[in-house]
Amino acid sequence: MFGLDKKDTSLLIVVALLTLLAPFILNPFPTDSGLAQFNAGYPDLMQRFIIFGIFAVGFNILFGLTGYLSFGHAAFLGVGSYSAVWMFKLLSYNILPAIALAVVVAGLFSLLIGYVSLRRSGIYFSILTLAFAQMSFALAYSVLSNPKFNLTNGETGLQVYNDDPQILQGANAPDLPHLFGLSMRSTYTMEVGPWAFDFNAGYYVCAVIMMIAFYLAIRIFRSPFGMMLRAVKSNQQRMNYTGLNTRPYTLAAFVISGMYAGLAGGLMAAMDPLAGAERMQWTASGEVVLMTILGGTGTLIGPVLGAGFIKYFENIFSKINDSVLHGWFAFLPDGLEDAVVTIIHPFVGKGWHLTLGILFMLVVIFLPGGLVEGGQRLAKWIRNRGKTEDKTSGKTEPAE
Amino acid sequence: MAILEVKNVAKRFGGLQALSDVNLSVKENSVHAIIGPNGAGKSTLLNCLVGKLIPDTGSVMFDGQSVLGRAPFEINQMGISRVFQTPEIFGELSVMENMMIPIFAKRDGAFRMHAYETVANEKSVVEAAENMLEEMNMADKRHMNAASMSRGDKRRLEIGMCLSQEPRLLLLDEPTAGMARADTNNTIDLLKQISDERDITIAIIEHDMHVVFSLANRITVLAQGTPLVEDDPQNIRGNPKVREAYLGESA
Repeated sequence: MFGLDKKDTSLLIVVALLTLLAPFILNPFPTDSGLAQFNAGYPDLMQRFIIFGIFAVGFNILFGLTGYLSFGHAAFLGVGSYSAVWMFKLLSYNILPAIALAVVVAGLFSLLIGYVSLRRSGIYFSILTLAFAQMSFALAYSVLSNPKFNLTNGETGLQVYNDDPQILQGANAPDLPHLFGLSMRSTYTMEVGPWAFDFNAGYYVCAVIMMIAFYLAIRIFRSPFGMMLRAVKSNQQRMNYTGLNTRPYTLAAFVISGMYAGLAGGLMAAMDPLAGAERMQWTASGEVVLMTILGGTGTLIGPVLGAGFIKYFENIFSKINDSVLHGWFAFLPDGLEDAVVTIIHPFVGKGWHLTLGILFMLVVIFLPGGLVEGGQRLAKWIRNRGKTEDKTSGKTEPAE
Repeated sequence: MAILEVKNVAKRFGGLQALSDVNLSVKENSVHAIIGPNGAGKSTLLNCLVGKLIPDTGSVMFDGQSVLGRAPFEINQMGISRVFQTPEIFGELSVMENMMIPIFAKRDGAFRMHAYETVANEKSVVEAAENMLEEMNMADKRHMNAASMSRGDKRRLEIGMCLSQEPRLLLLDEPTAGMARADTNNTIDLLKQISDERDITIAIIEHDMHVVFSLANRITVLAQGTPLVEDDPQNIRGNPKVREAYLGESA
């Protein structure tokens, strides 16, 4: 289907079902139960899952296929956000032109940075991209924000004001980002017994765009172009002596992944019409590297999983504070309860980075292929277990 | 008629005169061996032919066109394919993919962005790659990871990849270095078969005299960066200058 083979089609369908049903899947606990804080099915977080999923899928086209590790991809995300907000300020709150401009500007910007950075490979390439991203951050944070020429609105962040032109903004159009009148914030809450499920317009716009982006990523992975990119990663020497010019291949991959980042940045602004320089910080660039490696570099679904994993930790784990912990361990004797809470305390709440760091280390050491490899091993183990049980039916065997 | 014409080439690395006054002409459809003791400048000469190095002086003409100043990929597109001393293949890719890449390069040139087509749908390329694998006796290995093959198979694959581009000149840099006798003989047979059946010129750099004398119909002996003698194999065997410079030491 859609020009994909059977395996890729089923992957696409699984991803489509997961994204469409995410409001259910991410809200497994009733609203009043103590576990409700583990629910991730609220619009803001679901949008972030999707947006960072797009960002990581695009990053993986560069890093996973060509092996060029960019440490500056947040710059393209930020550029996308700024472009989108400028579209809101100048034209209207309709998100389509905003997202289109975000992709185009991020593409041009990555063409410029990629053209220079790709003259080097390995660590030098990484450092060049990092330097460019930090320069972009500095430009956005201070240089391009002065009374004479205010492109980024500096520290405050770029936002829409009442006296902005908005020349195409209709009289009745919502005063927030919308898609032909459908506000991105409009949410329908479905209540089923004790459960509540949120269906948010913005989320579904993001979801549809991600499906398209994901589909295109599959096409690229399976195309001759994708094969050439993997060949770049494998042996550049052989590439050159086979009559292939590696530079345009890597530059094309860089620009495509920059456009994905711009798309993610544009969507971010479309969900919340703000753009700040902190989006271009090097920590944001590092985050997408973590997402891709954690999920599985060079795999299709890995970056999406990695993005979801990290964003879940950031938003859910960070909310577990001491009083929540005391609530959980209230059944223990007082002294023991305090001791357990003291031990767990550094790993939750503000310390969520610590837990994430440990998990990241474990994944990199034991599952170099990321969460995807973990899933594959688990599936293999279950299958083999089923086989041995068939052979030795009746006998009980200890689990491995 | 000479397909490759090297004239007055010199190359200096700092204080080392690696090549000086090299003149060489490789006839079309011949198998031309370049031999010489270690440090004679064989590899430097080869690198000057494929665009990795640019000679300080002199000219290198391939089929009437200068190769100097062109990048390796451009020289390949002119019709020169190179086999390396240690097989250079795409280790992480499958054998089939390895074979398809040079065919794409031949068909589409140095860069073309087929980002929306599917590899499996490129019927003509798939077919050409399958034929070449068949010819190399590797059809059963098509799904294997190229890196997991034996050294002899990697060499075979690399030669097949070069041949799939139908080059006019095939350059081989010690193609049997580090190989067991059986693999060496297989490679000799393969190269013989290639030069008999195809309209191709082969230039080979080699240490192993067994290989050189089984294959070459013209030999250039290089010593201290300059050609000592160029002649037919039977005359090279008996040439006292060559014995002194090279064969005398090893034979």
